[in-house]
Amino acid sequence: MRAVPREDDDVDDEPENAIVSRLGLLALQILVGLVGFAIWHVLTVYPILGAPKQIQFFFSTPVEVLKRTWMEMTNPEIWGHLWITLQETVLAFVFGAAGGIAFGFLFARNALLAAVFDPYIKAANALPRVVLAPIFALWFGLGIWSKVALGFTLVFFIVFFNVYQGVREVSPVVLNNARMLGMSERGLLRHVYWPSALTWMFSSLHTAVGFALVGAVVGEYLGSSAGLGYKIHEAESVFDVTGVFAGMLILTVFVIVIDTIVTLIENRLLVWRPQAGGQG
Amino acid sequence: MVGQSAAEGRKAGRAGMRLVGGTALAHGEAVRLDGVSIAFTLKGGKRYVAVEGIDLAVMPGEFVAVVGPTGSGKSTLLNAAAGLLKPAAGSVTVFSSALSGLNGRAGYLFQADALMPWKTALDNVAVALEPQKVPRAEALARAREWLAKVGLATFVDRYPHMLSGGQRKRVALAQMLIRDPEILLMDEPFGPLDAQTRQIMGNLLLELWAANRKAVMFVTHDLEEAIALADRVVVLSAGPAARIVGEFKVDLARPRDISEIRLEPHFHALYKEIWSCLRVEVSRAYAGGPA
Repeated sequence: MRAVPREDDDVDDEPENAIVSRLGLLALQILVGLVGFAIWHVLTVYPILGAPKQIQFFFSTPVEVLKRTWMEMTNPEIWGHLWITLQETVLAFVFGAAGGIAFGFLFARNALLAAVFDPYIKAANALPRVVLAPIFALWFGLGIWSKVALGFTLVFFIVFFNVYQGVREVSPVVLNNARMLGMSERGLLRHVYWPSALTWMFSSLHTAVGFALVGAVVGEYLGSSAGLGYKIHEAESVFDVTGVFAGMLILTVFVIVIDTIVTLIENRLLVWRPQAGGQG
Repeated sequence: MVGQSAAEGRKAGRAGMRLVGGTALAHGEAVRLDGVSIAFTLKGGKRYVAVEGIDLAVMPGEFVAVVGPTGSGKSTLLNAAAGLLKPAAGSVTVFSSALSGLNGRAGYLFQADALMPWKTALDNVAVALEPQKVPRAEALARAREWLAKVGLATFVDRYPHMLSGGQRKRVALAQMLIRDPEILLMDEPFGPLDAQTRQIMGNLLLELWAANRKAVMFVTHDLEEAIALADRVVVLSAGPAARIVGEFKVDLARPRDISEIRLEPHFHALYKEIWSCLRVEVSRAYAGGPA
């Protein structure tokens, strides 16, 4: 049902004198979804753009897609695929974030290192990561690790740049104050640099998790035997448009669930911020 | 030409110092600046001399206010005493030993918000005891005591953004004082606050200071505040190459109430006297001066 609104979590910050009430807004959001489905339905079931059979070959119909989605979701096989994709996403995120944090700290605290490696990091970041997928498949096989590697290359740079920025842009007043309180370099790291870097990392958390998922799905799409990307690719290779759309719908729901979990974690960890999810 | 007048100023400063310095040498000053000059290299490679030839000493238990027009390098001077800046010339002495690195015996109250925004008021104060290896439970208990002393007993769990500007300053004050530093350096700490809050904070500061007298170096551009708080007011000239152009003893009785003391005739007399010295510098600063 919720194929359309992905940006609805921003609406929560709306002031109280909003144009419509929360309930009214929800009704409008659902309405947009329904209208979308209705247009899709009418155009593919009735002979408006051409013979329905032919149109349906390319676009399927919403009812078919929903039916297929339901069928897939109730079939235990899909959970195996979801589990694989989830594993790849989480591993890519964890490794990418850990690497990004470590190198972000190292480079931010060591100006020479940052200056020397600067062109290489920029070059590596400029490379479209998708072209690495075949290489990774060659190096790490068709299992989950080639997808983790692809997701890693995406997540790493996002977290790296944010942590680097976060450590570099610690408020000099807060830093001087902490130093005047007698904090050692270790104390500063723990009480000033680390929380500041975390803030920046969290501001990029949604993007980073999203990219981890992109890495996983694209990797699966280009060569694997399991996962959501594989499911979609499999359907596509036999011109099963309904299957492709159903796979996309499942993927969307999957992303929304992960995104919601990330938001919950973020709100929990950044309670001290004036408005969680603001700055950045 | 500028150098010459600065050298003369230094001489005059030294002569003025001797008056206070006579007793000073006997007890040992808490902080002593000798011929301190501080310079910055500007973007174009030009050298900017902020303060030049400053001689200033603060005795233990003495409250010294430094006033001067904007851009006179008041904060620069404080940063030199804190060890945050290294003077280009001259020396900084803390309790008879030359200062190298940060001044570990000083607490610093900044003008801007300096609390860690990711820590609650309680944690912000308690963390100040960590470098002294105070056990966590004891640090928290003492932090609670200090927050109560500054009137924030019920705000311990608030994060800085949930506190008002005055409350944040109270937390910063507790954070500085919990370590029991022997020297307090304050850089226009109440500058960003509104007039009433400033008076309340000033009274709180005096009350806490009276209970445990430390050497204080208090920088402000507000002459009324300086007279109301301090034992001695030092006037800096307009920058660049600011120097000390006057020193005045404030012999108003303590304990003082900041909002009342302004009404006393002697306060007015002092104000007039110091203002006649400061006014010249203020108008020079606004006229653009040599800058």
